[in-house]
Order: sequence, then structure tokens, then C-alpha cells
Amino acid sequence: MSGAPREVAVVAFAQSDHRRRTEDLSEVEMVMPVIHQVLDRTGLRTGDIGFTCSGSSDYLAGRAFSFTMALDGVGAWPPICESHVEMDGAWALYEAWVKLLTGEADTALVYAWGKSSSGPLRDVLTRQLDPYYTAPLWPDPIALAALQAQALIDAGLTDEDALAAIGARSRADAAHHPHAQLTGDVPQGDHIVRPLRRGDCPPIGDGAAAMIIAAGPGARRLCARPAWLRGMDHRIEPHGLGVRDLTDSPSTRLAAERAGAFTRPVDTAELHAPFSSQEVVLRRALDLGPEVRVNPSGGALAAHPLMAAGLIRVGEAAARIHRGDSDRALAHATSGPCLQQNLVAVLEGDPRDR
Amino acid sequence: MTAEPVAVVGIGQTRHAAARRDVSIAGLVREAARRALDDAGLDWADIDAVVIGKAPDFFEGVMMPELYLADALGAVGKPLLRVHTAGSVGGSTALVAAQLVTARVHATVLALAFEKQSESNAMWGLSLPVPFQQPLLAGAGGFFAPHVRAYIRRSGAPPSIGSLVAYKDRRNALRNPYAHLHEHDITLEKVQASPMLWDPIRYSETCPSSDGACAMVLTGRAGAARAPRPPAWLHGGAMRSEPTLFAGKDPVSPRAGRDCAAEVYRRAGITDPRREIDVAEIYVPFSWYEPMWLENLGFAAEGEGWRLTESGVTALDGELPVNPSGGVLSANPIGASGMIRFAEAALQVRGAAGEHQVPGARRALGHAYGGGSQFFAMWLVGSEPPPG
Repeated sequence: MSGAPREVAVVAFAQSDHRRRTEDLSEVEMVMPVIHQVLDRTGLRTGDIGFTCSGSSDYLAGRAFSFTMALDGVGAWPPICESHVEMDGAWALYEAWVKLLTGEADTALVYAWGKSSSGPLRDVLTRQLDPYYTAPLWPDPIALAALQAQALIDAGLTDEDALAAIGARSRADAAHHPHAQLTGDVPQGDHIVRPLRRGDCPPIGDGAAAMIIAAGPGARRLCARPAWLRGMDHRIEPHGLGVRDLTDSPSTRLAAERAGAFTRPVDTAELHAPFSSQEVVLRRALDLGPEVRVNPSGGALAAHPLMAAGLIRVGEAAARIHRGDSDRALAHATSGPCLQQNLVAVLEGDPRDR
Repeated sequence: MTAEPVAVVGIGQTRHAAARRDVSIAGLVREAARRALDDAGLDWADIDAVVIGKAPDFFEGVMMPELYLADALGAVGKPLLRVHTAGSVGGSTALVAAQLVTARVHATVLALAFEKQSESNAMWGLSLPVPFQQPLLAGAGGFFAPHVRAYIRRSGAPPSIGSLVAYKDRRNALRNPYAHLHEHDITLEKVQASPMLWDPIRYSETCPSSDGACAMVLTGRAGAARAPRPPAWLHGGAMRSEPTLFAGKDPVSPRAGRDCAAEVYRRAGITDPRREIDVAEIYVPFSWYEPMWLENLGFAAEGEGWRLTESGVTALDGELPVNPSGGVLSANPIGASGMIRFAEAALQVRGAAGEHQVPGARRALGHAYGGGSQFFAMWLVGSEPPPG
């Protein structure tokens, strides 16, 4: 390597149809089609890929080492250079991006999947919490998000009508999305945990996504209009909800700053906001004005396959750049209760490639 | 931009034990991390990012514990990445942390791996349930024993080799204050008289279930220059994966392991590992894996690995000491075990391995594997910076 850091771009992205349940599919069967789609789009074969990284969670599958079988679907023979994060696939993308920056690989395959339907999700996700003090109380993710939503309302930053409008806008945008789970005019419904109604919460669903990134001139050979990853960063906040200001997301703001999001305005933002109230928090943390198109894909309120939903935000932003619908986009992924951990990626298309 | 060389400037591990009831999971990781920071002469604020690894979340019953551990690891306001590559995860975690330094994304990174097996039962956690696979209900030993038998049949190794490895490693562990098992009264006869668990693997030839953590501070050239103690320098690292089960797989000597070693040697400029590497920390959870991996790693020709063990080459005072720390056979906090191999290799080339130091060790191999001999992670560290 010499000169400036390497340029890396998203050159292909694919996602499955997101469905409420997929008893007819194994994890391998869910992952394989999207992997083959990104390989077909670039003309690459498994053996051409320099590095492979995936994101998933054993707790969703209900068994240890659930990711080992998914690797069979990649076609890891002859042996490949490969790693896995027990996180959303957006963090697998981060690991792959760093690998390409070192110069040790020129292309990477990133994939992620989640079968949220395998168990009672609201119960399962309580196991993410402090095992000694919090998890024994079984506070579920909707109850925790409701605390955050109520804090926002108490602070005068939103109200139930504004939250309902976020849900309605998301599902209206998703009406044209071939893979979304909930689309169109979905009723806002009753309160699940006040102040959150059914329409403020993400659908529970199964799905997978895959992406190929490439460095330097290779990216242009694989994609007519590569989505260049100008920066990527992620930050975490304390776990205890009592020591955080739930109306703010300093980790998102810091990650965005480190990723270079604030040096020039973006035209598109794909935000991983599973709850309508979290879009309010993220818009404020990222200083997004009304001129920025937020979640044109419908976002997590239209489809929320856990462990893939964050990677899908990056993929949706990249796909808009590939199509020429965006020149500079921000993508965000989150993990943990009430936006505890946040990742921001900034992607750009070269105006000359339009 | 040229790649930044990577130095290990701090190493810490916990006292490993069957059950660390004196600490929470957070307390356990904190113990290792604090020791690594002290060794590096640094404090929490000097760390730019944290990479954490452990084996399945089911072992402790905490889903994505990095979220809960963010505070204990001093990671608040920083990037925190969680790696999981089965039993190789400790090695993979160190390599991912090293890449952050190599790529100059971060200057100083804390890598940490742990397992608190006493919170659960790993034997059953490792027994794949229906409907995902045929029920094995035999833990890792039941999975690996047929591969050991295949090795014995192929190589013609005498049945005594496994017990020799176990006796050697448990004796080495007596010199390592952090090792879980300190069997002061061990004899070769006792190993050979221990109950047969999975033929030919006897009780004393298996790894214990341990609670424990290991941490390392990785940094670049400038960080190494400020370090109070000699660093270990990374000369080469690699990961390789292959499918768990398929007709073409050789479970006795998986190609992913051979390819991974070859990549490490290529990066480190090693052409004759047997002569050029002074000490090896190899992931040996069942005694027979020492001769098997000696062949897989290129230290011996195919079918000849057991001769190195039998002739004493791999003893602490042999030509190629293997597992002077006592190895996985003497402490196995699963998620941390790979990183302990990497860390022990680094301690050797820093001259900081205490009672189990191999005199004059200049180049050391750290090795980890996981899944059904599916995932491999290795690094080679040296006392001198890599050339260039």
C-alpha cells in the first residue's frame, strides 16, 4: 500500500423477502439465495472473495454455534478467510471494511440473517440485559422502548400523533418495496405498552441480507456506480438505562462525526429505528433536516429481521446510490436496548458516474 | 500508506478455576483487562477501541453480553466489537484487534476473551439438539474421539502417546500460577489409570471446564516505543474456515488448518517451522491433538507427529516446547482459550513467561481452532519488529 487509505465501495446488495415466520426454511436455505444473488450480480465466485464475514445471534436460533452451518451455504471449500460477529451484520461489514483497509483483501462478502420467529421474541430479548440485576425482572424490549418514548413526550420532543405519522410514512414508503413485511395503510392499533401502539413497533420477522464490498479500481469493474464507503464508525453507551439520557443518542452523534457525516450534507438517511420514537432521537442526534429523505425503504417499521436489519440499512442506502437516486447517504445501525450501541456509515456515488 | 506494525505491549489473564464464584462476569473480564493495562503502563482512557470474544452466549445464558459488559470494559463512548468464531474465537478476537491497528483505524486496542463456564453446562451446550442435527449428546469429546482413532490407525502411533501429552502438559501447568489444574501428585501411571471416557480418550487426557479471561493491549510502533516492557511483535496472522461436515473433509488434518499455517509462515518469512520457531502454544483440548496438530502445522511429516512427542522434542526442555503454559489441558475457559495461546506465545518472546519461560525464545506460534475442526486462527510473534 502507498499514499492515502484505500477506497472501498459497496458493489452489490441483496435481501430476502421478510416474513412473519419461515418454518419451511433452515438458516442455510434462507441465506443461500441472497449470497448467490450478490455473487451473480458481480460475476464473482466464492473462491474470488478475499474475506467473508457474517453477523447473527445464537439466541434467535435457540442453539449454540448456529452460524457454523450457515457457512456451509457459502461454499467454503477450498477453505476461505472468514470471520463472524455475534452482532448485527452492519458490524460484520465494519470488520470486513477494516480488512480491506489493511490491504490484505480486495473484496469481501458480508451476510447476516435472523429467524426472530423461532421463539417468543419479547422474552428472548430480555436475555440481552444485565444478567444479575435487570434480566431477572424480564423487562421486554417494547417496555424499554416505551420508557424512551415517554421520556421524549415528557420532554416535549414528540407526541403520540407525531409518532403515528412516522409509522404511517414508513409503511406508505414500503408499499413499493418488494421485500417488505408490512406495507401500506396499516392501522396504528391499540397501545401495547403506553405510549407505544402496535404501529409504533417493528414487525417480528425472519430474513437475510448479503453484500459485496470491493477496494479501489476493482469496485468500478464490479459495479457501474459504486457506493463508496467514505467513513464508518460505531460507539457504545452505558448499559444501565438509569445513567443515560434516553432522549439523546451521543453515541450516534460521535459515530457520525467520526464517519465524516457532518462535513457535507447528505440527501438520504437510512436509520435503524425499530420504534417510531427512536427515529425522533436519531434525527436530532444526526441533525437531519426536512430536506433529507429518511428511510425511503420503509425502514425497520416495515421489516425487521434481527441481525440483518442494520446491514439492510447500509444496503438500502447503497442501492439508492447504485440507482442514481442518491449522491451522498448516511446509513445507521443499532444494537441493544434503547439505542445503546450505534454505527454510522457514510456512502457516496461519484457524480460523474450518473 | 504502509501497514502499521502491531505490538503486544500488555497481557493479563485471570486465575482460572472451575468456578469463580468470587466475581461476576463483569468482575472476571475486569480482572484480566486491568492486568493487561497495568502490564502496558496504560489506563482505560488510553484505549481507543475494544474487541471482545467468547464462545456461545448459551454458556452463560446472556445474549450478546458485550452490551452489558460495555461499562466493565471501559468501552463507553468507544467502539466495541464482538467476535464469535466458536473455539477459535480467542485467536480471531486478537487478529481482529490487530487489524484495527494495522489499518491505522485505531492506535491502541484492547482485545479480551472470556468464558464463565460455571454459569452453565458446556457439555450439554455443545451437544447439538434435534431438529438441527442428529442428537450427539456427547459433548466435544464424543465428536473428536473418532478422529483421534482415525489418526492412530493412519499413523500407527502407539497407544501411550495421549497419556504422555497429558502428563507433560499437567506437569508444565505446575509452573504456571494462572493454570486451573495444579496436580502436584500427577504421575504417568495415574493418567493411564484414569477412566476411559470416549475411547481412546481418558479422563486425564481431557480439558477441564474453567472460568477465566485473557486480555491483550495491541498498539503500533509509537505505542511500542512508549511501553515500559519489551513488546511482542506480530509477524503474521491468518484465519481459515471450511465446512464442518462433508465427504471431502479430512478431520484428522483439515486443509483449513494447513492453509492457515502456510499463510502465517508466508507472512512471517518462515520456511522451516520446525527449526525457525522456538516454542508453540497449540490448542490441544484432548491429548491426542498434540501429535495431530504437529503434523497439520508442518512441524512434522504426515504420520510422524507422535514421534516428536514420544522423543521429548515437545517437552519444556525439548527442541520445540509445546504448551509450556500447561495448555488447554490445564485450563479451558473456552472462549478465552485461543487468546491464552496467543498471549502465552507473546509472553515467551517477551521473556515474561516466568517459571515456564523457554530460554531465549525469539519466535513463537499461537494456535486456535473451533467448531468441528472447522475454524482456525493463528499468529506468529517475535521478539524483534518485523522487517520493513
